[in-house]
Amino acid sequence: MTRTDPLDVPRPDAQLHFGVFFQGVNHWTVWSDPASGSQIDPANFRRVAQTAERGLFDAFFLGEGLRLREVDGRIHDLDVAGRPDAITQLAALAAVTDRIGLVSTSNTTFNEAADLARRLSGLDLLSEGRAGWNVVTTDNAWTGANFRRGGYLDHADRYRRAEEFLTVARALWDSWADKAVAGSADAPAWAAPGAVRQVRHQGPQFDVDLAPTLPRSAQGHPVIFQAGDSGEGRDFAARNADVIFSAHGNDFDDALAFADDLRRRLRAVGRPDDDLRILPGTEIIIGATEEEALEKKRWIRLQQVTPATALGIAGLLWGIDLFGRDADGPLPKEDPVVAENDGSFGARRIADPRQVVAEWREKADANRWSLRETVIALGPQRGHVGTPEGLADKFAHFVRHGAVDGFNVTPYLIPDGLDDIVDHLVPALQERGVYRTDYTGTTLREHLNLRAPLTHRTATA
Amino acid sequence: MSGPALRLALEIDGDGAHPAAWRRAAHSPDQLLSPRRVARVAAAAENAGFTLLTLDDGALPPGTGPDVVGRIGAVERAAFIAASTSVVGIAPVVPLTYAEPFHVSSQLASLDHISIGRAGWVVSEEARPEAASVWGRPLVDGTVARARESRDGVEVVRELWDSWEDDAVIRSVATSRYLDRDRLHYVDFTGDTYTVKGPAIVPRPPQGQLVVLGSPERVPADQLDVAFVEGRDLTAVTASASAAGTPRTFAEVEVALDTAHATAEERVEDLERHGSWSDRGRLRHIGSAAGLAVLLRELRGVVDGVRLHPLVLDEDLPEVSRLVLPHLFERRDAVRPLAGASLRTHLGLDRPANRYAVAAAAQEDVR
Ligand SMILES: Cc1cc2nc3c(=O)[nH]c(=O)nc-3n(C[C@H](O)[C@H](O)[C@H](O)COP(=O)(O)O)c2cc1C
Repeated sequence: MTRTDPLDVPRPDAQLHFGVFFQGVNHWTVWSDPASGSQIDPANFRRVAQTAERGLFDAFFLGEGLRLREVDGRIHDLDVAGRPDAITQLAALAAVTDRIGLVSTSNTTFNEAADLARRLSGLDLLSEGRAGWNVVTTDNAWTGANFRRGGYLDHADRYRRAEEFLTVARALWDSWADKAVAGSADAPAWAAPGAVRQVRHQGPQFDVDLAPTLPRSAQGHPVIFQAGDSGEGRDFAARNADVIFSAHGNDFDDALAFADDLRRRLRAVGRPDDDLRILPGTEIIIGATEEEALEKKRWIRLQQVTPATALGIAGLLWGIDLFGRDADGPLPKEDPVVAENDGSFGARRIADPRQVVAEWREKADANRWSLRETVIALGPQRGHVGTPEGLADKFAHFVRHGAVDGFNVTPYLIPDGLDDIVDHLVPALQERGVYRTDYTGTTLREHLNLRAPLTHRTATA
Repeated sequence: MSGPALRLALEIDGDGAHPAAWRRAAHSPDQLLSPRRVARVAAAAENAGFTLLTLDDGALPPGTGPDVVGRIGAVERAAFIAASTSVVGIAPVVPLTYAEPFHVSSQLASLDHISIGRAGWVVSEEARPEAASVWGRPLVDGTVARARESRDGVEVVRELWDSWEDDAVIRSVATSRYLDRDRLHYVDFTGDTYTVKGPAIVPRPPQGQLVVLGSPERVPADQLDVAFVEGRDLTAVTASASAAGTPRTFAEVEVALDTAHATAEERVEDLERHGSWSDRGRLRHIGSAAGLAVLLRELRGVVDGVRLHPLVLDEDLPEVSRLVLPHLFERRDAVRPLAGASLRTHLGLDRPANRYAVAAAAQEDVR
C-alpha cells in the first residue's frame, strides 16, 4: 500500500466516495461522438448504474429540470435534453442493481410534500434502503408555467418552503413505528394497533392531516442531499442534509474553504462537523500518461464547446445575442450589457461582467486565442485530468485534508464514460487505501458511513 | 365462439381483491412491500400469459377501518416491474383529481421508455376528501368536479406526450444541434381550472401514446383506448360494453377459485370474518376453475378482454395459471402476448401519429 500523505494529516483514514451524476440535460455530455448512445434508452441507464456498482460507487444520481431550457424565448437546441422522470427511472434501476444508492433530484417548489415523500418511500422500500433525495428548490419562476400553481416563490421563500416540506416528509417517514407490520397472518391487524400515527401539520406552506401509507425502510428513510450554493442554501444543508452536492471540487483551496465554511455552519446548529458528506460534482479525464490525458481533454472540450455553444456561453457573459458571429474569430468588440435577471435560462449570475470581459480580452490578446479557445480556457471550468496514479494521489490529498468526502462524477460519454474510472482509477485509489474494496453495507446510509437520520438521533445515537 | 380472442389482464395490487387477503397470503405480512414479492407476483403473471398487469393506487391507505395495509405508489411499482419483466404490459392507476398533470405525464412517458412500449395508464379518481391534503389543494367535490379534473388532466397529459415529435432528437453534428426545435411544441393547454405550457421534458413515449384505460362514466370515451365495463351478469356486461364507445372493452371479473385445501366458498367465508368483499357491481365467479373458463368463453365476442381480480393472489393466481389460462390459449379463446411487441400491438391498437407531425404534413400538402 502506498501512502502519499504522511499519517499526521487531518484525516488519515478518510475514504473517498463516488457517485455518478447522469445529468440528462447539459452540454458536457458529448453527444456528437459515434460512441455516444441514446440518452433515453433504459439499457444505457442500466449500463451506467451497473458499471458504477462494479466500481463500488455509493450512488447513482439523476438531475431534474421541469421545463425545457430556453434562450431568448426559444427552446435551447444545442445540448442533450429529454430525460426520464427521476424517481420512475430509479425504481426501474432498483430491480437491476443490488447495492448502489439511487438518488433523485426532486424539487420542493413544484411538488407537494406528502406526494413526494410517498414516492421516495416507495423507492426506498423497493431498493431496500438505497434511496436518496437531492433537495433542490428551482431557481426560476418560468418552470411554474407547467404547473397548476403557476410561477411563484422568491429565493427566500423557496428555502422556507423547502424546510417545511422536509418537516412534513420526515413526519410521514417517521409515522410508522419500527416493526409496525405484523409478522404473521394471525395478528390482530396488518399494522399493529397504535403503531401508525396520523400526521397533522399546519404551517404557512402545508396543511396536512393524513394517514400515511408506508412503513420505514432498512435505512430509516431516504438520505437527504442538498444542492444549492447561496448562504441560505448552505445553512439549509447544515440544518437538514446528510450530503451536500457542491460545485467546489476543482481547486483544492476553494474546496477546503467551502468545507470549512460548512463545518462552521454545522457546529453553529449543534451538529458534529463530520456529520455532512461533501460531494462536489466533477468530470474526470484519464490518460495513460499526462500528455495523453491532456490531449484527451483538448478533444473533449472541443466536442463540448462547439462554435455554437461557445457563442452561447459568451453571449451569457456579454448579455448580447452573439448568434451568427464567428466563434473562431476574435472576441466581440462590444462592452457587456449589465442586464436585469429576466428569469429565463439565459439569466446570468455573473457579478461584474465588465471585469470578467476585461480579463478575457487581456488573456485572449496575450495568447492569440479565438473566442472559442477563450471560452474553453476561461469559461466554466470543471474536473480533473491526469493518469490514474496522479489522480489517485491528488484525490487522496483532497480527502485526507478534509476538502471533500468524494466526488459526484459526470461522465462525458454515455454509456461508457465510467469505464476508465472503474477500471483504472478505482484500483489506484484502492492501492492507496483510500477507497473501499467491497461494499460493507447494503444501504446508502451505510455506504456513506452516516449516523442515523437526524430525526432518529435522540432515540438511537 | 365468435369474436376475436380475449386479452387477459390481472389486477395485482396488494395481496388480492379482498381487504383481508393478506391473511391468506403465502408470505408473512411484512414481506408484502418487499421487492422480491413485487417481482415474484409479476413474474408469475407474465409466465401465466397475461397481457396486462394493473396496479391499483391512491394517496391514502387502501381499505377502510383500522386495518391499515401499506401500499407503495403504483408508478414506482410499475417501473420496478417493467425492469424485471420482458413481455407483459403494465398499467399503474394514477388519479388526476389533484395530481399535477405535468408530473403524471413525465412519469408515465418514462414508464413507457423503461418498458420499451409496454405501458398503460388506468385513470382513476381520488374520491376520499382527505386526499386533498396530500396535494394541498381545495377539495374537488362531487362526481362532476372529479370528472372535470380527469378530463382536463387526460387531455393535457396526451398533448404533452405529443409535444415532442418522434424524431425531435436529431443529433446534427454538422449544425451542432441536438434537438430540432421545430419538432418540439408548446401545448399551451387551457383547461377549466389551470393552464400548462409544455413542451414535455421526456421525449415522446415509444408507443406514441400510452394505452389509456378507465371507466367511460368518469373519463370521456374518446379519451380512452380501453373501457373497463362492469355489470353483475352477462346481460349487464353486454349492455355496458356496447354502450362504451371506446376502441376496446375489458370486463371486470372478480374471482375466487376452489383450491386443494378449501373450496372457493370456504375461502371467501374465512376472509369475510375480517371484513367484507364489497359488491362493486361486477361479475363475480366463486367456484371451480372450469366454471371460470366457461364464463370467460362466454365473454368472448362480448368484450375484447377481461380483467381478473383474484380474491387472494397467492391462492388464485396459481389455479388460474394452471387450470384456466392453458385451456383458453389452447382453444384460442384467449391469446398470450408475444415478446418484443408493444402493449398497443397486443391490444390491436395502432400507434397514433403525432398530432403536430400530422398538422405539419397537412400544411405541406396545402402548399
Ligand atoms: C451541484 C449542483 C447541482 C444542481 N442540480 C440541480 C438539478 O439537477 N435540478 C435543479 O432544479 N436544480 C439544481 N441545482 C440548483 C439548486 O438546487 C438551487 O436551486 C440553485 O443553486 C439556487 O439556489 P442557491 O441560491 O442556494 O444556490 C443544483 C445546484 C448545484 C450547486
